[in-house]
Amino acid sequence: MSKIISLKIGLASCGVAAGGEAVLAELKKWTQLPVTEVGCIGHCYAEPLVEACLDDGSSVMYGNVKPTEACVKNILALGEEGRFVIPAARRAKELVKVLALAGHISPVVLKEYTDHEGYAGLRKALSMKPEEVIDEVKLSGLRGRGGGGFPTGNKWSFLAAKPGFDKTVICNADEGDPGAFMDRSLMESVPHQVLEGMLIAAYATGASRLIIYCRAEYPMAIKHLKIAIGQIYEEKLNVLNGRAVEISIKEGAGAFVCGEETALIASLEGQRGMPRFRPPFPTDRGYQDKPTMINNVETFGNVPLILREGGAKFAEVGSAGGRGTKLFALAGDLKYPGLVEVPMGTTLREIVFEIGGAAPDRVKAVQTGGPSGGCIPVELFDTPVDYDSLRSLGAIMGSGGMIVIGQDRCMVETARYFLDFTHRESCGKCTFCRIGTTRMFEILERIVAGKGTEADLDTLEDLGKKVKAGSLCGLGQTAPNPVLATLRYYRNEYLEHVREHKCRAMQCSAMVDLTLDRDKCVKCRLCIRSCPVGAISADFVIDPAVCTRCNSCLDSCPKHAIRRIATGEKK
Amino acid sequence: MKSEFDFLKAIPPEPGNLIKGLQLLQATEDYISDEGIRAAAEYFNRPEADVEGVVSFYAQFKRVKPGKYRISVCDGTACHLKGAVQVHEWLYQDLKLKPGETSADGMFSLETVACLGCCSLAPVMSVNGKVFGKLERKTMMKILKEFAEK
Repeated sequence: MSKIISLKIGLASCGVAAGGEAVLAELKKWTQLPVTEVGCIGHCYAEPLVEACLDDGSSVMYGNVKPTEACVKNILALGEEGRFVIPAARRAKELVKVLALAGHISPVVLKEYTDHEGYAGLRKALSMKPEEVIDEVKLSGLRGRGGGGFPTGNKWSFLAAKPGFDKTVICNADEGDPGAFMDRSLMESVPHQVLEGMLIAAYATGASRLIIYCRAEYPMAIKHLKIAIGQIYEEKLNVLNGRAVEISIKEGAGAFVCGEETALIASLEGQRGMPRFRPPFPTDRGYQDKPTMINNVETFGNVPLILREGGAKFAEVGSAGGRGTKLFALAGDLKYPGLVEVPMGTTLREIVFEIGGAAPDRVKAVQTGGPSGGCIPVELFDTPVDYDSLRSLGAIMGSGGMIVIGQDRCMVETARYFLDFTHRESCGKCTFCRIGTTRMFEILERIVAGKGTEADLDTLEDLGKKVKAGSLCGLGQTAPNPVLATLRYYRNEYLEHVREHKCRAMQCSAMVDLTLDRDKCVKCRLCIRSCPVGAISADFVIDPAVCTRCNSCLDSCPKHAIRRIATGEKK
Repeated sequence: MKSEFDFLKAIPPEPGNLIKGLQLLQATEDYISDEGIRAAAEYFNRPEADVEGVVSFYAQFKRVKPGKYRISVCDGTACHLKGAVQVHEWLYQDLKLKPGETSADGMFSLETVACLGCCSLAPVMSVNGKVFGKLERKTMMKILKEFAEK
């Protein structure tokens, strides 16, 4: 029988949040075997994950591990219980390239990275002329993974065309889209891969300064990057054919608009992060007025692969609308939330149902591109996911957040939620964005409160178009998307709200009551005890005048005897 | 500049380091006081109004003294769908805490954050940076009670 020679435990943010540290402590109590803390393999729903590596080279994974003696001893005995196997449907559709090392190597040990072809891409690049490196990236067809989809090779050639070496390459790690965590995972799990991509870019474009602009909410990513940068300096990997480049990290301070290039640069310079007119483009005048190029984390993460396998080989994967693979952060109403990597051009149906394990009859739509994107109804799920196809549907690829919206979610409320986010994040520079998004938000608040009118829908549409046209940067230009897309595909839900004061999803609290089904009730009184406002009488009648629709009773009921109904509906 | 702010000297006073300086201030003081604004303005050679402008722009900076334990409730998309509103409701009902406020005993303060990046464990909160996922009313109150008794 095989023996365990070492153990790995997933301790990226998701693993830690699921209680991985307690599992690690428990493991150490019962074994002397080496335990490596690794990043995220993308199966966040099964965290904490422990991998037992065997002497025959294979390994066994355990999911949802509990920090108990029994659970840990089961693993050490290679018990059958709690084994984790990647769902077959997901394995069949996924193509793990960028994330190949994530969750398998220690993020903070350079040797583990170099043992797996790490920095081979950089070595290859250094054996070529800078312009040849750029040609290779052009050939790969790589487009910006941050959402814009601009061809990366072209961007590089703009910066390379500037004379001298007083140039800056910035890695945009200000992953601000709620619902997106691809960049976090990549930086936490394989920081060297991102840095290798940046060093290749520095060589190809002649930049001598590398800056990572990372949001402060990602302390583990920052920590791992700092360790990795230290190792790079130690090994002099930042010396590119005799030319040393400087690498630094700047922490963002929490402003969504700083994902926009010119706002990001303002923030780096210690100013309020507000965008400015382009031209001049950053490659002409950027950070400290010097030529500057900004790429996203995932874009840099792809670069070492392109150099290693060659641009032509890289371009074999994907579709006409985008080459290579793309990471998606799957979340929302589905069975297997987590991080997935698929070839460009994979359909939404494959991602949501086959990989995500969502129940087909329970899904209403998917929101791509976070608050800047739009929803795509389930009827259009055969759309291949690439830059151009999504844009034609009024959504965007964005950075790769993908939120599955179930049948029991209200689309008006969903739109209200996104506008709540964007109107607060508007930097205030452009009037249309500053005031327009606020008015749109107020109208949506009115509609979900049951006080909307039909005229409100036209106002929303009109304002939405004007905000898009009258805003300087990507935030304002895309902020109305969630509203316009829901109006386009789910106008009937809006109409029900304003005409009949009805929310079919029973989500808008102003239009629902809670009711208790006496036939199912077993009089356990849990609901009465859980009600924070004492709205349930001793004989189990819910007083709608007192009830705050907080759902506490509904969640506490073991018999599911309490449900939401439309206000005024027969109980 | 008052000597209590000498720690700012750990970073060069270049204009681009203002945000870093403010982050350092906040890490030391737990928030940014009026004194802190004055110190940063002096050290980075920028008008106080300018510094205040940068502070007010970024969500990370706080001008109100936070509690001993800082609760950040995630209201990212996934958490919102999975009940972040309820989480706020529970906190209000049990601790009388509203976003942006500090409890009277100075124990807890509450803020809403856009996304903690742990969407698959929604709903999520963090207490002094430690993330807790799949929140339910009972488990959450137990977690907070343990903090309060520490």
